[in-house]
Formats: sequence, structure tokens, C-alpha cells
Amino acid sequence: MTQNPLLDVEGLKTYFYLEDNQVAKAVDGVDFYINPGETLAIVGESGSGKSITSLSIMQLINKPGKIIDGTITLEEENLLKKTGKQMSKIRGNDIAMIFQEPMTALNPVYTIGNQIMETIRKHKNVSKKEAQERAIELLRVVGFPRAEEIINEYPHQLSGGMRQRAMIAMAISCEPKLLIADEPSTALDVTIQAQILDLLAEMKERLDMAILLITHDLGVVAEYADRVLVMYGGQIVEETAVEQIFENTKHPYTTGLLDSLPSLEKDMKRLGAIKGTVPPAHSFPKGCRFSSRCPHVMERCLESNPDLNEVESNHKVRCYLYN
Amino acid sequence: MQSNSQETLSTHPEMEPREEQKKSKSPFQLALRRFMKNKLAVISVFVLLTITTTCALAPLFTDLDPERTNLLLIEQGPSDEHILGTNGQGQDNFARLLYGGRISLIVGFSAMFFTLAIGVILGSISGYYGGKIDGVIMRAADIMLMLPFLVLALTIIAIIEELTIPLFITIIALTSWPNLTRIIRGTYLSLREQEFVLGARAIGASDIRIIFRHFIPNAIGPIIVNATLMMATYIIIEAGLSFIGFGIPQPTPSWGNMISEAMNVRILREHPEAWVPPGLAIFITVLSINFIGDGLRDAFDPKSKER
Repeated sequence: MTQNPLLDVEGLKTYFYLEDNQVAKAVDGVDFYINPGETLAIVGESGSGKSITSLSIMQLINKPGKIIDGTITLEEENLLKKTGKQMSKIRGNDIAMIFQEPMTALNPVYTIGNQIMETIRKHKNVSKKEAQERAIELLRVVGFPRAEEIINEYPHQLSGGMRQRAMIAMAISCEPKLLIADEPSTALDVTIQAQILDLLAEMKERLDMAILLITHDLGVVAEYADRVLVMYGGQIVEETAVEQIFENTKHPYTTGLLDSLPSLEKDMKRLGAIKGTVPPAHSFPKGCRFSSRCPHVMERCLESNPDLNEVESNHKVRCYLYN
Repeated sequence: MQSNSQETLSTHPEMEPREEQKKSKSPFQLALRRFMKNKLAVISVFVLLTITTTCALAPLFTDLDPERTNLLLIEQGPSDEHILGTNGQGQDNFARLLYGGRISLIVGFSAMFFTLAIGVILGSISGYYGGKIDGVIMRAADIMLMLPFLVLALTIIAIIEELTIPLFITIIALTSWPNLTRIIRGTYLSLREQEFVLGARAIGASDIRIIFRHFIPNAIGPIIVNATLMMATYIIIEAGLSFIGFGIPQPTPSWGNMISEAMNVRILREHPEAWVPPGLAIFITVLSINFIGDGLRDAFDPKSKER
């Protein structure tokens, strides 16, 4: 790397302490970095730790969860050393977040404008009037033609796609350096999905921010990401540039994910599937966490978990098939 | 659809439609509109307002002092001067009805606000933070609910030597906060899981801000409904305690005191004008408040059937 990364996560471990002294290792030793202006995608099934990783960056992990180890460095400052107050200045201002479910992510009792203005006035020292003007401008930027009216409307008057636009307006209101988008298009219908993701890409260009895109849709990854992390069982199993993941797939889990995508070129009767489900985070298999579902499982896979090794330049894989 | 509306609007972008156009309805305005459709509840509001203003403006309706005794005019029947006659101490029943209404309504209102304050504070702490503090508050509520209310209230009143109205209100509030606290806590527990709360934290809002800005407004429906219904209960409690002589001390009039004065077979038989009006006043007031409460519940809960 020539430049300094914007966000550098090292050895992040977020565990959930369950009843009966069980420990769910939702995120177990995750290292990654995001360069300024870059889109990094994290893909994986439900339960692979993607969302917990993003919430850990924001430090919004609720009990019984706890970040027990690691560093999260944003522009040379370790976020894990910040106090609650310092952190609430960073949230929304330097790092913003948009959520999966636009139906519940806006407070039903306030107007859209009111909620956008709240963010602006929280972080910027501006008058109510200035905040309102800014809110209208932001709504225009995210593609509302009737911005002056929308600021006086309530969330229940907007459709899902419009609410997600409003969420994006709110998230970019303080021009964050990093935007965490946790499955931003999953709850929307397909035509709106593309609009929302295009909007995110456009905002990224305009504000020169980095995006951490959490998704399980590899199509979205191919379209919008620069680099990809594949997560499984709270760990990164493959990390590479986006072209590599499709053309030079290494990890059997990634192969499985790609096989389960429908394809126009191949004539398939049935979609491929990865057998089984992600093992619960409190009882991973002893060796490689994917060993219980892996088609290439070997004896050593059952005994120890492989490390994440750089097998080619800028292509890391956690699998014994490659070392 | 998106592009369509863009075209139609871009044709006249200069127009300022804010004043002319239909105003966006807030959830409160929508609830108010639903409330206004409920005839019984609206009538009840007028009845309650009439009773309240009549009692508040008591000096306009009678010149007599409700506490002045006149031993020469005991247990008089209705006359021009004493519309509802006089009681055993020669006090004017009509004046006592109006001034007594003040006391009964004030007790009901104030006890409600006091309980509301306790309930909102404890319920918010309990529901928002959870954990140990929640356990402590909820166990305290359990203990309070375990003690029979009447026995508890009577014991405290018996211990206190000089009962004043503020003290009486305090006792009622301090013995009946657990219900509302539980309701608020319950509402918060479901709100806590909503994504907009996480969203609020993601933009850097503090705990206090989240409670005041995001929780209370969303919980306002159940809070208002229960507070209203509670007020009716408190008016009954005041009347009941006064009736058995543990309520508002004489000679201060209250509706309960007036009925208590009629606790005598002869007065019950011969002087219905002494006890029917306060009884009716309690009945109508409590009924109106309950109808209002029901109306509010239906208005705030869009799922409830429309009648």
C-alpha cells in the first residue's frame, strides 16, 4: 500500500456472552482496511458476522456482545480508545450508516426534514434555517423532485425506495469519510435496488467518501465494489480485488456462493447450493470452520483452522488447498 | 413513477405550494381525527369540560361559603337560598357540590400527573437501560402491587396525623405508580428493537436524547390512554377514602365527603337532594373520563376496529 488507509481494522474480536457460559464468537479476528474513496464489500451468508463487524466499527454492539480485542483505526486514531462522548461525535459525522430496513429505520412521529436536520444540527453549528436549507438541498441531491414538500412529510407517506433515499440523505448530511451500508438494497424491490445502489455510487464520487458495503448479493458486489471480503463464521476466508473473486475464485466457500447464483449463459436445471447452514457461533467445528460443509474437506481441515495467507499478490485465502 | 413526478413538477418549480397544499398529517393529527369521529368520546369531552368549568367558576354560581356552618339551619330541604338544602352542620349543599368538585377533580388531575411523572421516569430508566436497574425497579413494582392498595393507603393515612390535600395526592401517587411504570417499560422494550433507535445512535444521539426524542413520542399513545383512565380511578379512590373518613379532612368539601355526610338512613330516605347530586357528579365525571380514555385508545391504535 502506498497510501494510508482511511480505516484499518486489526484483530477485531466481538464475542457475545450467552447464557450457560457459552461464548458466541460472532467476529473472530478480522483484519481489513479501507482506502479513502474505495468501496469495500463484505459478503457472506446470514450469520457470518458481516453486520456485527459493521456495528463493531460504530461501537453499537449491545449487551451481551462485547468487543474484546483488536484495534479500529480511523485516520490514525484508535476508535476503541474513545470515550462514549467522543464516539458520539464521530458517529454520523465521520462515519455514517444506513440500514437494511427503510420501513423501520425512520422514526414514524417526525417529519423527514426534522430527522435530517437533527443530524446536521447535532454535528454542525448551524441555525435551524440553515439546517433546513441544507436538508432540502440534500433531498434534491438524492433525487427527490419535490424536496420542499418532502421535508414536511412523515415516513408513512413515503414508499420504501423513497425512505431509503431519505436515509441516504441523512447519512451523507455531514459528509462522512466512511459510509457503512448494511444491506442497503435487500428490502427493496429489484428496480429500486439498482437506483439506490447507483445513488450510493454517485454520492461516493461526489463526496469522495469510502463505502463499506455489506451484502449477500454477489451481483451487487460485481457492479459496485472495488475489493471484496468473503466472511464465513466470523472470519475472513477470502480477500481480493473484485475481478479476481469472479475469475480466479479460490476458496471453496466462495465457489459455492458463486455456484448458487443463477446464470444466463449456462443451462442449469437447478441452482447450486451449499449444503447445510452456517454453524452457530458458539459451536464452530474444531478445525476449519467451513469443514462441515466443504466438498474438498481433507483430514488436516478437521484438525486445525488454516491461516489467511496471501497466495497471490493482493489475494488472500484461508484454505489448506492453497498451501 | 419517479421520473414521471419529476416531469410534472419541473413544469412549475417556482411555485411555493406549502401553504395551499394539504398539510401533511402527523400521527397525532391522524389520531385526533379518529378521535373526533367517536361521538361518545367527543360528547364526554364536552360534559367533562362543563363540569370542570362549573366547578372552577364556583363563585359565579353561588355566594355561599361551603365551609361556613350555621347551626340554626340544619338539614333544611331545598329552598330559594339553599337550592339543595343544607347538611348536618348547616353548610349549603350546592356550594359544597361545586367547591367539592374542585377538590375531587384537582385530586384526580394532580395524582394523575404525579403518577405520570414517576411512571415515565422509572419506566424510561427501566425500559431503556434494562439489566440490573430494570430488575431493581421491577421488583419494587412487584412488591407494591403485592400489597393491597386499600390497606396500604389506609395504613399510611392512619399513621400521618394531619392529612392535607397535597399529602393525600402524594400518597395516592406513591402507592399506584407500578401499573403505569410497567406499561411504559413494556412499550420501550418493543421500541428498543426498532431500527430507528439504532439509527439515532448511529448519528451520535445521546441516551437522554433518544429517550426524549424517540421513545416518549412513540409511546405517547399508551401513556395518554392509561393516564386518562387512571384519573377516573383516582376520583373514585378519593371518593371512596373520603366516604370511609380516611380522605380529604372535613370541613373541606369533596364529593366523597358529601356522600359520607349522608351515611344515615334518615337522610338517605328524607333528603335525597343531599347525596344524589354528588353521587351523580362522581358517576358522570368518571363515566366521561372512561369514554374519553376508550376514545383515545381507539384513536391511537389504528388496529382497533372502527365503529
